[in-house]
Amino acid sequence: MKQLVILSGKGGTGKTSICAAFAHLASIEGSQGGIVLADADVDAANLRLVLSPVEAETTEFWGGSLAEIDPDVCIGCGECVPVCRYYAVLDDPQRLNKKWIDPVACDGCAACVYACPTSAIRMVVQQEGFWFRSDTAYGTLFHAELFPGRENSGKLVTLVKQNARLWAEEHQVPLVIIDGPPGIVCPVISACAGADLGLIIAEPSLAGIHDLKRIQATMQHFRVPQVIAINKADIYPDGVQQIREFADKNNIQVLGEVPFDPLIPHSMLLGLPVTEKFPDSDSSRAIRHLWQTVATLIEPL
Amino acid sequence: MKPIQIAVASGKGGTGKTTIATSLALSLAEKYHVAYLDCDVEAPNGHLFLHPEFNTSTEAVIRIPRIDKNRCTLCGKCVEVCQFHALAKVGKTIMVFPQLCHGCGSCTWNCPEHAIEEIPNPIGVLESGKARQDFHYAHGTLTISEPMATPIIRQLKRLEIPPQTAISILDAPPGASCSVVETLRGSDFALLVTEPTPFGLHDLGQMQGIVEEMRIPAGVIINRENGDYLPLLEYCTKHHLPVMLRVPFERRIAEGVARGQTLVEIYPEYRQCFLDLFDSIAVLANQ
Amino acid sequence: MKIVITATKPQTDGLVDPRFGRAQYFILMEAETQQWEALENPAIAQSGGAGVAAAQFIIDKHVDAVVSGDFGPNASRALGGADIKMFLFSPEVDTVQSAVDLFKQDKLQQFK
Ligand code: SF4
Ligand code: SF4
Ligand code: SF4
Ligand code: SF4
Repeated sequence: MKQLVILSGKGGTGKTSICAAFAHLASIEGSQGGIVLADADVDAANLRLVLSPVEAETTEFWGGSLAEIDPDVCIGCGECVPVCRYYAVLDDPQRLNKKWIDPVACDGCAACVYACPTSAIRMVVQQEGFWFRSDTAYGTLFHAELFPGRENSGKLVTLVKQNARLWAEEHQVPLVIIDGPPGIVCPVISACAGADLGLIIAEPSLAGIHDLKRIQATMQHFRVPQVIAINKADIYPDGVQQIREFADKNNIQVLGEVPFDPLIPHSMLLGLPVTEKFPDSDSSRAIRHLWQTVATLIEPL
Repeated sequence: MKPIQIAVASGKGGTGKTTIATSLALSLAEKYHVAYLDCDVEAPNGHLFLHPEFNTSTEAVIRIPRIDKNRCTLCGKCVEVCQFHALAKVGKTIMVFPQLCHGCGSCTWNCPEHAIEEIPNPIGVLESGKARQDFHYAHGTLTISEPMATPIIRQLKRLEIPPQTAISILDAPPGASCSVVETLRGSDFALLVTEPTPFGLHDLGQMQGIVEEMRIPAGVIINRENGDYLPLLEYCTKHHLPVMLRVPFERRIAEGVARGQTLVEIYPEYRQCFLDLFDSIAVLANQ
Repeated sequence: MKIVITATKPQTDGLVDPRFGRAQYFILMEAETQQWEALENPAIAQSGGAGVAAAQFIIDKHVDAVVSGDFGPNASRALGGADIKMFLFSPEVDTVQSAVDLFKQDKLQQFK
């Protein structure tokens, strides 16, 4: 079983649209045995919006703990205030001479718990979202929903990925495609861990190129083999040139270019991958070519 | 007077948040003292549009424990109190795992032998200076392979800004998790930049959840609009989110932005829109 | 010699769990006598640092070797620091029992 992770560094490069198109293409050509999909972008989980999944299994996700003060026990001594490096302990807005912990600010370190002389503070484990196994027309999808504003420590990403992997192994599905999150921290690191191939969707803009370099360095650090595809390629030809030079210098293959095409967001509005809705568009042709190249790279790995 | 703090956020990445934030800064800088903070420390891009010259650079650090072996009795208290498993008792040593450490200080205070001192562990760089258009600019760049973004955002926001600053503009990271919350903390207004697509709408919903919980007044900017996308407009009405600006989907804008131009450089007439936008923000933020 | 094998079920005929930090169970076995017990992994629910937490749990049991699918950088640093040998299961391994057999025949690849 192989894992392909699709990443971009910068958001909005078209990663999810291309991932959805790959899912569609894998279901009609190549990759015998189908695919399992994992949406690792848990705080902006969008893959399900193009794949119309039917939920088959829903599981609560419990993350870290936050501190809570029992107002009946607190004597307002203030010992908990200086030990909190996150400025989360405040005066209770509702009760005089009591302290209160702002859950938005609390980091869950428990320093206050140990400082409190009356044991008024306890750590309360938080439900931070859900994860799902769903059926789609193109394969089983593992995805999640992180409640807004919660810590994205990578644990939920790891859970989604591991369940996708175990499912694939159990059902002898040869390929897991992972739609990765933007950025370069925890969730991204978790999304790339153990991947056999990382496809970077690069955008030829100054910002896109800047972020490409950062995601590339991150993947390099975690030793994920990488290839690049350029999306919205015709928007800035100089940028394409710069991406190609960067790829050459780092010995990374550029697998193809997908043109800037309003049909891609349009098909998304209709809730279908572009390759299914507009199979003959220039972008669909380019994505199909890209998929075939990726598939030939993945198989012998 | 405390400057008004405006955070520009989006949930979904690539909606044009930086384009809006930089254009807003450029427009307002003509009339007000502006400070711009690029809080997208994983992929800071504002400098590509505003071309700042930096005159100060400091390290962003997490204070991690160092254990004095001569004092440590291997009692294991520090391992027990650490919620993040950044410490382990291994044979005759206490091992520190810097990348797991949040720098909370709990181990330091709880060590009965006072055997722990804290040493700075660099996780990135904070730089500040002036944008080419002569307003204050600061950003943070997280070191590659560091797993946490919030500590550096927190430190970036604590950097000094010029005392005469009237408006500070914060460009938030994409997503809707802890790093966005850290950016929004203390903001008077959140400008939510969205795209008229199901993706944009879904992620706007995530952002709405955050601003509601944090009680921050917010408004929406619809970017790359291509005719009315009714579900988005209905959502905004239902959640009392004023639509404050609508920017059309145009190839010319996309091409300009790709080359490093801001919206107001591509279409100078937007300057007035942003000035008006600020007047509305000032009203909404004070309600 | 005391060894630990990560397992998906609390039995020796269950599959080896490919994860270390978030393994479902640890099968703790005395290799010579084949006496074993199944332990729940206390680190499975940790939001961060599961690798270190699991490693600490194993270290405190004074084992000599661990068999799993992979070891993260933090877990391997902790286990290595405690002089616990780490072994990766190979494709022939499926059940915990088969991992033990191969371990005894010295046929498992050591993780470095
Ligand atoms: S748990 Fe830590 S961050 Fe939360 S209130 Fe207590 S000391 Fe502050
Ligand atoms: S230390 Fe305990 S008793 Fe004192 S103010 Fe804090 S919560 Fe209340
Ligand atoms: S709490 Fe202090 S004395 Fe105890 S193990 Fe930790 S460093 Fe050593
Ligand atoms: S500072 Fe906090 S997170 Fe770091 S090792 Fe000490 S207790 Fe753990």
